[in-house]
Amino acid sequence: MNGTLRAVTDEHGDGAAIISVRGIVNRFGRQTVHDGVDLDLYRGEVLGVVGGSGTGKSVLLRTIVGLNRPQAGEISLFGQPVSAMSDEERRRVGQRWGVLFQDGALFSALTVAQNIQVPMREHLRMPQRLMDELAALKIAMVGLPPEAGAKFPSELSGGMRKRAGLARALALDPEVVFLDEPTAGLDPIGAAAFDALIAELRDRIGLSVFMVTHDLDSLTTVCNRIAVLAEKRVLVTGDMDTMLANDHPWVREYFHGPRARAALASSGEQTQPAQAGTAYPEKADPEKAD
Amino acid sequence: MAGRAASHTDATLGIEQSGRWSVLMLGGDWIAATATAADAALVRALSGKLEKGFPPDFAVGDTASEIAIDISGVGQLDITGAWLIHRTRTELEECSLGTRLSGASAEHRQLIDRVAEAEHPPPEPAPRENWGVTVLARIGRGMIGVGQELRDLTGFFGLLLTVALRTLINPARLRRTATVHHMEQVGLNAVPIVMLMSFLVGVVLAFQGAQQLQAFGAEIYTVNLVALSVMREIGVLMTAILVAGRSGSAFTAEIGSMKLREEVDAMLTLGLDPMETLVLPRVVALVLMLPVLTFLADIAGLLGGILMAWGALDVSPGLFLVRLQTTTDIRHFWLGMAKAPVFAVVIAMVGCRLGLNVSGSAESLGRLTTRSVVVSIFLVIILDALFSVLFSSMGI
Repeated sequence: MNGTLRAVTDEHGDGAAIISVRGIVNRFGRQTVHDGVDLDLYRGEVLGVVGGSGTGKSVLLRTIVGLNRPQAGEISLFGQPVSAMSDEERRRVGQRWGVLFQDGALFSALTVAQNIQVPMREHLRMPQRLMDELAALKIAMVGLPPEAGAKFPSELSGGMRKRAGLARALALDPEVVFLDEPTAGLDPIGAAAFDALIAELRDRIGLSVFMVTHDLDSLTTVCNRIAVLAEKRVLVTGDMDTMLANDHPWVREYFHGPRARAALASSGEQTQPAQAGTAYPEKADPEKAD
Repeated sequence: MAGRAASHTDATLGIEQSGRWSVLMLGGDWIAATATAADAALVRALSGKLEKGFPPDFAVGDTASEIAIDISGVGQLDITGAWLIHRTRTELEECSLGTRLSGASAEHRQLIDRVAEAEHPPPEPAPRENWGVTVLARIGRGMIGVGQELRDLTGFFGLLLTVALRTLINPARLRRTATVHHMEQVGLNAVPIVMLMSFLVGVVLAFQGAQQLQAFGAEIYTVNLVALSVMREIGVLMTAILVAGRSGSAFTAEIGSMKLREEVDAMLTLGLDPMETLVLPRVVALVLMLPVLTFLADIAGLLGGILMAWGALDVSPGLFLVRLQTTTDIRHFWLGMAKAPVFAVVIAMVGCRLGLNVSGSAESLGRLTTRSVVVSIFLVIILDALFSVLFSSMGI
């Protein structure tokens, strides 16, 4: 055991996907949302999942975390197929990830600090003093002011609720976090800070991130890989260059639209401290973007 | 290795002496999963020693005043573990002990620094109030709440009247589809439960009344008892209570969840008046349907009485009906029916008003839905008592 950081040189060299999804089929009534989705999440990477409205990005996230049972397909969590797990194992796996829902999904009857302490109390039975300290620390780390801890979710703005939701998702220092549109509804400064926080957590503690997002800035600055959901399956995965080279009409329109060009151009200009030293060269070429 | 391993070893803590330095030797994995035990070990090792400002266990001779924290043995470290190390260090420093962190890998040191950077003082615990004062304050707040609620309802009633008048002048403004929809919801769909309940109450009344009246050989007066109580009081009161629980709460929940999803705000920005679109159709529907339900409840209650009288007292249905017509004045029926529209307005008004009061969280929705039922039943019973006083003073 020589450290907690992910290997920075080894692009999933051991091939160990922390989460892998094979042949997922999801049907609601007569509507097929997924028809054979294959996707891997590797240790220490930020995976951005994009797709048009109604392509089942959130459904895929819910399927992986077990909130939705697929009609067919296999999901492996931390190298173990879900179908082979006992209920107890399945429950324990839940301690190794955190989920941030779109609007934070904080428990409205509890304060922010109490929300963060829920998983600590339930799973680790920590003493109250330690939980108070850790809650204050997590609140600070996600960029909330100290007094936010004593507030109820209904007293917070949407952006603050998101940060509080992330703090709860990070309560047990999970190995994986699932983020459902984390920067939607945040102002650009808040969104950039959120991205920087995600990148920092990835680089410092080797957090793996499964991020459903539409934010092109997030995709260019923090995501190591991008997966495109379209036509009921994962159309293509890869870094930004792969996306730019792809000639599927939807992918072209998405990554070559005016907004994408702007995001790529700005990320090409600035150096990205979060990316420095990582092995994921998805920094896009400004020339290529045009 | 990439990332953290699935398994972990427990955190360990030891104290060693090394020259002038006392060394806290940390080993194992310092992560969230081991933090509870690690925290307990730290508290055990340092408690009682820090207060003295000069922990004897750590001192070598009289000169040792410095402590090193050696984390070279630490395997996995996460934010929780880094916090424990940082906290220990801060605590030692507060006792004016020189502290040194040694054996940290670059990543571990970075993580601990990051935690140190993020730290801000834990919030002050709220001052505890005197128990007696708290109780008094709660009672006071409760009373103020009741007063405000009554004032609110009065104001809301006025608003409702103006909207109703406006609609009366221009009946085309009434949302007919919505009104009919609510008539079905609160009226038609409630028929089975209202009739069943009233029937059973009729049965019980007849049975209990017959038992008592038999002692005087006056069991035939059971008919008077059942007829009078069902038509004048029980029929309308039970119906109103049931509708308050069934439809008043539904009004609050429906309007409240629309309020939570900002649908009511959207209506306002689109120039729609929620009073007209949401409240008036519900009030009108309930005012029309509650008398109908009361009528059906009266019938069911009498039926229950007839059946019980027949079974237990051998009073045939025919005799029952003859007795009913000759001894019970029709005005009792009308007095009962007269209360129904009043109760309807109260129930619908409370339900809609509290629904519009919902704000913030789902918890507020639940609380107000409960309150809607309690308040409307309470008001219905108060009004019923007032009606009794009024009718008796009018001599009817």
